Amino acid sequence: MARRGLPLLRHILRDSAAAASAPPLLKALASAESRRSVTYMPRPGDGTPRAVTLIPGDGIGPLVTGAVRQVMEAMHAPVYFETYEVHGDMDTVPPEVIQSIRKNKVCLKGGLATPVGGGVSSLNVQLRKELDLYASLVHCFNLPGLPTRHQNVDIVVIRENTEGEYSGLEHEVVPGVVESLKVMTKFCSERIAKYAFEYAYLNNRKKVTAVHKANIMKLADGLFLESCREVATKYPGIKYNEIIVDNCCMQLVSKPEQFDVMVTPNLYGNLVANTAAGIAGGTGVMPGGNVGQDHAVFEQGASAGNVGNQKMVEKKKANPVALLLSSAMMLRHLQFPSFADRLETAVKLVILEGEYRTKDLGGDSTTQEVVDAVIAALD
Amino acid sequence: MALCRLLQRNSINQISNRVLPCCSQYFSTAASPSETIRATLFPGDGIGPEISESVKQVFSAAGVPIEWEEHFVGDKVDPRTESFLTWESLESVRRNGVGLKGPMATPIGKGHRSLNLTLRKELGLYANVRPCTSLSGYKTRYDDVNLVTIRENTEGEYSGLEHQVVRGVVESLKIITRQASLRVAEYAFHYAKTNGRQRVSAIHKANIMRKTDGLFLKCCREVAEKYPEITYEEVIIDNCCMMLVKNPTLFDVLVMPNLYGDIISDLSAGLIGGLGLTPSCNIGEGGIALAEAVHGSAPDIAGKNLANPTALLLSSVMMLRHLKLNDKADQIQNAILSTIAEGKHRTVDLGGNSSKTDFTKAVCDHL
Repeated sequence: MARRGLPLLRHILRDSAAAASAPPLLKALASAESRRSVTYMPRPGDGTPRAVTLIPGDGIGPLVTGAVRQVMEAMHAPVYFETYEVHGDMDTVPPEVIQSIRKNKVCLKGGLATPVGGGVSSLNVQLRKELDLYASLVHCFNLPGLPTRHQNVDIVVIRENTEGEYSGLEHEVVPGVVESLKVMTKFCSERIAKYAFEYAYLNNRKKVTAVHKANIMKLADGLFLESCREVATKYPGIKYNEIIVDNCCMQLVSKPEQFDVMVTPNLYGNLVANTAAGIAGGTGVMPGGNVGQDHAVFEQGASAGNVGNQKMVEKKKANPVALLLSSAMMLRHLQFPSFADRLETAVKLVILEGEYRTKDLGGDSTTQEVVDAVIAALD
Repeated sequence: MALCRLLQRNSINQISNRVLPCCSQYFSTAASPSETIRATLFPGDGIGPEISESVKQVFSAAGVPIEWEEHFVGDKVDPRTESFLTWESLESVRRNGVGLKGPMATPIGKGHRSLNLTLRKELGLYANVRPCTSLSGYKTRYDDVNLVTIRENTEGEYSGLEHQVVRGVVESLKIITRQASLRVAEYAFHYAKTNGRQRVSAIHKANIMRKTDGLFLKCCREVAEKYPEITYEEVIIDNCCMMLVKNPTLFDVLVMPNLYGDIISDLSAGLIGGLGLTPSCNIGEGGIALAEAVHGSAPDIAGKNLANPTALLLSSVMMLRHLKLNDKADQIQNAILSTIAEGKHRTVDLGGNSSKTDFTKAVCDHL
């Protein structure tokens, strides 16, 4: 994504007045490459506005989804939102929301808070199981201009989203002894492996790494690895290797450039995605989504802290970048590539310039200031 | 319970945990500096024997009153222990109460248990403690890491209970018990108190795994009430991972169940420079401590005098602290840290070209 956005970025910088006052590096970039020449030829009628379900969610959710709405309007994107209120303390996701997503096939969502320790099961997990969104994708990459400890990070973590440790099957055997079942099936492992390799193939990725702990959980993770190996043989052009999850985390903090696409079962995927997001800039900027056979739900990539805390909500200082980049992914999914490119370029330009950054990126702006900057940067 | 407190105060060494299983919760044996203490040493394989030599050298240069009892991994399976470790070796650790273990290569094959599993089960090693501190002089991307990970080592996701339900469907059981969670939480708070740590964070995923991690959290909360001077907080694992890679100074002592502990302790080791520099200590029932080097046996550099003994040296320092020989421990630790900080004698893996003997000599000189 970063590679495709740069030519447009340079084009904008060359034409706009800001190029005159831009630092020498930006000027060099601007003059380097020419305008994008490949065009997207739509079928007649592709430009009809598409309906997208919007779930603002809890905490900072309404703030960041509001940001997306504003930017979409400013771009005149052929997308209109059907908003539904869902909150983390509800028992189940209301059926009309599910129906709407089934009709529209695409949804954009803010975070839903999950109560810790008891009571209702997580609504995020419920939504994924109900719609069978079996693949969760997080794209972690260095944003140009954002200083991080690690460079050359460009990792996509594809995580199995429906079974594994999150099956929710727990019971108390006798008082003081609790069991939790981790269920792994060949069916789910195979389809997530297929999705990972297909993603790599369609996005010109060179390597897929399977993350596991099969030296200890021989049958469960062994089944997962078997499925990955089988699918790997069907894609001889893509390199495949396996790594144990604890070694993987260690390598992520020391040599992240060795990873490309990673496919993992449910729990490890959560940890690896959040670690990769952390090294690349934080969960405030990483886009992601959940996809199934028939539906796709886009949300902030890594899940840690995606409802934010109370102070962030009150001061309106949540970071909208993650959801904006996820909505760009959504636009590409809906086959509006030029809008997606414009949005991504504008967001990256705002981060590159560095004037409007929220607190988690080291700045002090409010959400609205960042949104205004993005809208101003749109071409 | 009053009896337990009596025992804890007196720290009587001879009560075996078979007689009073619920009271074997005293955590370290105070050693008087005049008498020599016997400690079991497992040199291990590969570079193990060389780095064990370094430890012995440094200890004798520092005048530590420890007498080593060396045991080697056999080449035949001992039927009493079902592994290559003999019954005598295990008895030796039980008797002495402390041990130091070098890297052991896992023999492949069936009919025996893995060496680590044998040690864990036979000695009842329930907590794995790994202090991760940035070494000044070895620059990584993180400069100010100073945390300790304490991992429950007996149950959780690694219970090894799996079965195939029908073809293509596998179930794996994660077990959490009140007893094990209380035990590791007690040790974590005790460690925090005796080592001057301010905060203990329990790492969990109780929003999804409500009953299992919920039980773990409940036990941690119970123990936290007994230590009001230590701040207690709970952090969800994905948040923890993210915070660790962004800002490791946010954490002090981390206590977690088995799987999360495995991942987080390796992640923290990665932050300071890898397993070749990280000390580790396993705490068992009855106050047994088995310090170990968690890196591999590196057969390719075995015998070439290139190995880095830092991990085993720092682990032996942990062992000394367990024995409450704190001034000797501080002395040796400062010597190691200043040798690395100085940068003149660095082994190959840290980017220098000193041999192991040079490095060891430099540490002895710094004492």
